[in-house]
Amino acid sequence: MPIEVRVPTVLRRHTSGEKKIDGDGATLRELVDDLESRHSGLKDALVGEDGQVHRFINVYVNDEDVRFLGGIETPLEEGDSVSILPAVAGG
Amino acid sequence: MTRARIDGRIDLDRATYDAVVAHARSDFPYEVCGLLAAQEGRLAKHFTIPNAARSMTYYSMDPKALLHAMNEIDDAGWDLFAIYHSHTHTEAFPSPTDVELAFYPDAVYLIVSLQDTQEAAVRAFDIVDGRISERTVYVDGEEAPAGRR
Repeated sequence: MPIEVRVPTVLRRHTSGEKKIDGDGATLRELVDDLESRHSGLKDALVGEDGQVHRFINVYVNDEDVRFLGGIETPLEEGDSVSILPAVAGG
Repeated sequence: MTRARIDGRIDLDRATYDAVVAHARSDFPYEVCGLLAAQEGRLAKHFTIPNAARSMTYYSMDPKALLHAMNEIDDAGWDLFAIYHSHTHTEAFPSPTDVELAFYPDAVYLIVSLQDTQEAAVRAFDIVDGRISERTVYVDGEEAPAGRR
């Protein structure tokens, strides 16, 4: 069973409008690379040059923010659900 | 008062408008934030989201509450209609930080100013690619207070 990924509206231009896509990977890093192979542009939208998840992008594994898990190295298992959301913040 | 090009309008019902202003007042002097979801242009649900920053000058929607609200909006087939937050000591105009962090170009950004403690001001903006345009806010068909002009 693959890993289901929920894609926010602003990033659906990379997924032909799909709001849920499937991917594989033993870690979030591997999943992002797998997704990028089919949905070009997604990786740059999620990960910075330092290899970490962008500061203002929230990535969740099964409801938990990966900042409180292992960041980009967060381990994944089959059947996990990953959600992506740009932060909502301001001054 | 800072101005942007006026382009269009946003219509809110009185109950929603009052609920958003009441939320803004509820944690004064800290900023509050929330979301409005709509279905075919009609308001479907008002989500108050905790401000994880609990600051007088900054807001950051609690990630988990944001996720749950967004999933509910998506699962129900609603649209994210508006993102709101309060300015407790400044006018209802997007700050440079608001513009920099406006990652939802399809949503209207509502700002509630409590600078005038007697009468809240609510203004609405589209923020797309760093450009701000303003919508006139109507409540039950009447123009809402926009603050000092």
